[in-house]
Amino acid sequence: MAAVLDVTPENAWTALWRRLQQDRVGAVSLGIVVAYLVMILFAGAGFLAGGWSREVGVPYANPAFIGERLNLEGVLRKRAEHKGVAPDLSAVDPLAPKYAEWERRTGELKMSEPERSMTLPWGGDRWGRDVLDKAIKGSQVSIAVGVTAALCATLIGTLLGAFAGFYGRWVNDFLEWLYNVFTSIPPILLIFSLAAVLRSGVFAHLFASGIWMVVIILAVTGWTGMYRLVRAEYMKHRSREYVLAAQAIGASSASRMFVHILPNVSHVILVQLSLLVVAFIKVEVILSFLGLGVPVDMVSWGTMLSEAQTELVIGKWWQLAAATAFMAVFLTAFSMLTDSLRDALDPKLR
Amino acid sequence: MVPTLAGVILLVFLLFKFFGGDPAQILAGQVASQEQIDAIRRELGLDRPWYTQLGIFVREILSFDFGKSWMTREQVSAIFLTRLPATLTITIPILLLEAALAIPTAMLVAYYRGTLLDRTVMAICVAAMSISFLVYIIVGQYVLGFLLGWFPVQGWSDDFWRNLLTYAPLPILLAALVGLAPQTRLYRSFFLDETKNDYVRTARAKGLSEPAILRKHVLRNALVPVVTNVSLLVPGVFVGSFLLEIFFSIPGLGREIYLAVNRSDYPVIQAVTIYLSVLTMFINLAADVLYTFVDPRIQLR
Repeated sequence: MAAVLDVTPENAWTALWRRLQQDRVGAVSLGIVVAYLVMILFAGAGFLAGGWSREVGVPYANPAFIGERLNLEGVLRKRAEHKGVAPDLSAVDPLAPKYAEWERRTGELKMSEPERSMTLPWGGDRWGRDVLDKAIKGSQVSIAVGVTAALCATLIGTLLGAFAGFYGRWVNDFLEWLYNVFTSIPPILLIFSLAAVLRSGVFAHLFASGIWMVVIILAVTGWTGMYRLVRAEYMKHRSREYVLAAQAIGASSASRMFVHILPNVSHVILVQLSLLVVAFIKVEVILSFLGLGVPVDMVSWGTMLSEAQTELVIGKWWQLAAATAFMAVFLTAFSMLTDSLRDALDPKLR
Repeated sequence: MVPTLAGVILLVFLLFKFFGGDPAQILAGQVASQEQIDAIRRELGLDRPWYTQLGIFVREILSFDFGKSWMTREQVSAIFLTRLPATLTITIPILLLEAALAIPTAMLVAYYRGTLLDRTVMAICVAAMSISFLVYIIVGQYVLGFLLGWFPVQGWSDDFWRNLLTYAPLPILLAALVGLAPQTRLYRSFFLDETKNDYVRTARAKGLSEPAILRKHVLRNALVPVVTNVSLLVPGVFVGSFLLEIFFSIPGLGREIYLAVNRSDYPVIQAVTIYLSVLTMFINLAADVLYTFVDPRIQLR
């Protein structure tokens, strides 16, 4: 008789892992996403693209594979380095007597200008920075913003959704009102209002550097979808037998909400979280492009695109290509992974 | 609707009141004396308690009088009236063109579901959605406008027809192309959801051809979620084209509010946010009414 109960049911997450491996598209996407994550970990630790802001090449250095292309800006820069003689303006220049002293003082300081190279692996930008390094560092910033904001939005949405769905009554009424308020403002206007307030407001100095302004804007705008989903799940689960059984043995409300119900709705949260990451990265790119996103001393896919716009007109296409390729590959892989995840977690398909 | 509207007003008020900068400081600029700042503060009622200020704010909203823009001294109501036509000139054709392209494409893909064509189109859609809208605009403007010279790179005039036929086509085309991928994906799923229903099996059983089933039965039923989705897109026609307006220097509402954010012009941002939220609520209400025409089974209670 005892042998009957020997079969332990498969853990939900092991089952998910097994099903993901069987899905070829899902496995490849997972591989690409993991590769990106390793890349941004290295970039974050400084092993990779640590010197993205160093001006290692001439302005608009050509990519290595088309190194022979005429690069007027680069040639001019090289020439200026070799014979930096300014025309003699001492007759009209009121500062002329001071130049000798400044020259002497400059001589006291040691300055080493590294030799700028004419070509870089994937070309250079306007200041001669390596575009490949920028794209790697930009991936780190853009993905970090997207993931952090998605986690914050998920936290807000899950907590509020759990409260509304579990307690019902006036808690639900109040949170539904809040949801209606946030969703009746067109998202882009909410984003713009928050950007205006956070940039010029009392907390502006806190957001002068770093990614927190974008993260807050995205999280405050994007929690509503998650709230609605989680609320519906909690309404469904709160009167299920396993929750009632937990109540019967004396589990508190908090314990029932977060120890008993939460693991059973986590698959819904996971899929919605990955959808949010994709959406938030796209918005971050647009905000940074408009100058409302990451600060000027950082690089993201959005700031790269805003530089690329003017570069394209003079035929320097490599920064645009690099930013677009890095972004498109990551988002495609991440979207495909989300689809596979949803299929693997869908109980109907088991 | 009234509690929601009150909530929107309260949210905007609290956001700007407690998180925003001091209006008097922004208005007076960097080099203002304390007297000037105090004078502005009195004029705007900033020296009164916050609930009185909320009252002033509500009165401004109800009387449609938001005063003047802080930076350009233009009446806020005038900004609405002069910027909206340009925005609508490009957004309404975008909305129509997107629907006209996406619904047939989605039906076609749904008809060939599971085949190589279906999978190829869906893969292209995912890849197309992963490229930023910015890239489409930058490349489109450069190639079609600058290199090939088929369209003017940017510009706007006072004449409606000239705008629509000369300046608007390139932005409209780009936006419609970008919108095509996500909408095709979504509408395909609506069509596929319907094909699983019993009435489709019955139609097949009585020998109806597959195109006829799609056209006569599935399309009509799938229109309900399609209408929902289009109605969700309608509020976007007012500011949704802000990127296009910035790139093509079209003097529309979206570009105006972006400029207002850059110069901390609070009255413009507040007015646009509140009035467009109200408009969104009415559009959603109208969509609910529209359902009863599309699907007689739905009744409003």
